[in-house]
Amino acid sequence: MAGTKKLRIQDLAKIREKAKSLMTIREGEGRARVTVHMGTCGIAAGARDIMDALLGEIDKAKVQDVIVTTSGCAGLCSVEPMITIELKNQPPVKYGFLTPEKMQKIFVQHILGGQMVTDLVLAVGSETVY
Amino acid sequence: MKHYRAHLLVCAGTGCVSCGSFKIKEALEKEIKKRNLQDEVQVVATGCNGFCERGPIVMVQPDGIFYQLLKVEDVPTLVEEHLLKGRPVKKLMYVPPAEQQPVPKMKDIEFFKHQRLIVLRNRGRIDPEKIEEYIAFDGYEALAKALTEMTPAAIIDEILFSGLRGRGGAGFPTGKKWAACGKEKATPKYLICNGDEGDPGAFMDRSVLEADPHAVLEGMVIGAKAIGASKGFVYIRHEYPLALKRVEIAIAQARESGLLGEDILGTGFNFDLEIVQGAGAFVSGEESALIASIEGRIAMPRQRPPYPAQKGLWGKPTVINNVETWATVPNIIRRGADWFSSLGTETSKGTKIFSLVGKINNTGLVEVPMGITLREIVYGIGGGIPDKRDFKAIQIGGPSGGCLPAKLLDLPVDYESLTAAGAMMGSGGMIVMDEKTCMVDIAKYFLNFLQDESCGKCVSCREGTQRMYEIVKAITEGKGKESDLALLEELATVCKDASMCALGQTAGNPVLTTLRYFRHEYEAHILDKRCPAGVCKSLIRYVVLAEKCTGCQACKKACPNDCIKGTLKDVHLIDQTKCIKCGACKEACKFEAIEEQREEAIQII
Repeated sequence: MAGTKKLRIQDLAKIREKAKSLMTIREGEGRARVTVHMGTCGIAAGARDIMDALLGEIDKAKVQDVIVTTSGCAGLCSVEPMITIELKNQPPVKYGFLTPEKMQKIFVQHILGGQMVTDLVLAVGSETVY
Repeated sequence: MKHYRAHLLVCAGTGCVSCGSFKIKEALEKEIKKRNLQDEVQVVATGCNGFCERGPIVMVQPDGIFYQLLKVEDVPTLVEEHLLKGRPVKKLMYVPPAEQQPVPKMKDIEFFKHQRLIVLRNRGRIDPEKIEEYIAFDGYEALAKALTEMTPAAIIDEILFSGLRGRGGAGFPTGKKWAACGKEKATPKYLICNGDEGDPGAFMDRSVLEADPHAVLEGMVIGAKAIGASKGFVYIRHEYPLALKRVEIAIAQARESGLLGEDILGTGFNFDLEIVQGAGAFVSGEESALIASIEGRIAMPRQRPPYPAQKGLWGKPTVINNVETWATVPNIIRRGADWFSSLGTETSKGTKIFSLVGKINNTGLVEVPMGITLREIVYGIGGGIPDKRDFKAIQIGGPSGGCLPAKLLDLPVDYESLTAAGAMMGSGGMIVMDEKTCMVDIAKYFLNFLQDESCGKCVSCREGTQRMYEIVKAITEGKGKESDLALLEELATVCKDASMCALGQTAGNPVLTTLRYFRHEYEAHILDKRCPAGVCKSLIRYVVLAEKCTGCQACKKACPNDCIKGTLKDVHLIDQTKCIKCGACKEACKFEAIEEQREEAIQII
């Protein structure tokens, strides 16, 4: 916050840095886009806990350029809760049977580290793969 | 700053506010709380999004989904479906005219697709009441650059090389104005932001002030450094309460953050701003009249030269620029003159904001590169004319401008082309007219406006606008003479030649352009006593067609002036001496038994 403090030139850059998530989301572009599937099936299987875990991780890691969105049922209700991760210029990756713990692992390894958590991956690529 | 996964950007420009956007915002906040999403979804009120026709508007980011014409009842569905379940709600999306499929994303909608945002870059994107959001999107970066890396001469050169011309109407090169004021020795020097937007149907400046007030402030501080001013005034008419409020907030925040006042950004530079409210006289938009108004005198123009750059406010050197001009400045300083001058035409650089109103599908505020054709604006961005009617004319530049016909639709929009065609860039009002518009009636409207707003200092304008109004009014009443047209042309020319300020100098334009492009309509009124568009009431009449009338009395009940006679099941009759030509009877009739007659009606009256 600008608050009551008189700004100096270098403060402008600091405010900009702090507000990076705001810009990422308002512009709709970030390093990663995570879609939590929240159809009725997803919600019943615990997608809410996955969402909470994901937002908690983002908060903890203080990353500002990860976009979180929700979507409806992805058609594979039996493997819910599910997420899709899209890193910039890479095909989407789907993970299923999630728990908050698995979510945490995927966040650190895949979203932050760029390495797929292969033993948890459901599919790579867009829908036509199925 | 908290991380929210989704941002709901609710348009809170005057247009959407009057359609109830604050109620939508309240309902969204309530519903989000009810669904326990308040920690992950943020609701933000932004400035005018531009697509005023479709308000209230909510944009959902990061998905880029555009919701329009929202009602409070729609809010629960929107929150549950989109934010909880991730299913964008199709029925709340925009469907282009003559199509069935909705367009979910804002960037794919025709209205937005062809626009190029520089001045309006933050519209619908930031909360104009939060300085941090302005700073987040590179705000005050240009100021930091101007204060630490640039000399006053370098700033003036940058503006000069950019080719920026005044956005208030006349198009005088901004850099030249600054240079002229900069070399004056007298002190103190003053800056003024002219926000006295008075053209009917124009709301560009209001929207900029509402959507991005800090951009105007930043431009002014940069200008202050360039010419060596320590005090500035933002002149806003009192009819713009929301703009006033947002500028007040912006000035307070900027002062608190050390971006206005003493020792700005710790560089030792001092400059402060004050708001002056205008009382709403049209002539106050003229620079010397506006200066008089700030000084506490009656807003009347004075002879120029000396120009304000030499002798302005309280006789001191003053730079006065329009809202849009000031808001363009930070962009040029931040991104460079070369970048700016790469947009637009040879003589008109950058972009221009227009308020697109009248008989057009997509009413709203648009920012387009200079040189775009009128056709692209009307049919591309504007989506054409409603009800499958034909385009007749476009009025550009307010009362000082003119009406251009369909054959000029491919005219590029730049200062020179518009002036050559008899109109002018003006501040950017565009009023689209369809075949049901009478051009003589339009000329009458603008003349009435001008004779009312003329300050009366010059005889040519004071008397000229009144006489022209009387003549045109008589023509619309079927009392025109053949000699009237030559007299009108003479009056318009004298008014132009002999008046001191732009109001009088351009007052003849509405008459001259309608005469130039629509002379046949004047002739129809004068010679045939006929209004081809069926607008001028003295030249139309309503009659009951005996063979179709069933005597149902619907028209009789609808008539506000009790001038329809007839008993139940008998043919009715309209008393022509009492009829006020409101057309209520025609609307009420279910049997098409009432006809509007335009031919030679005067003989019957």
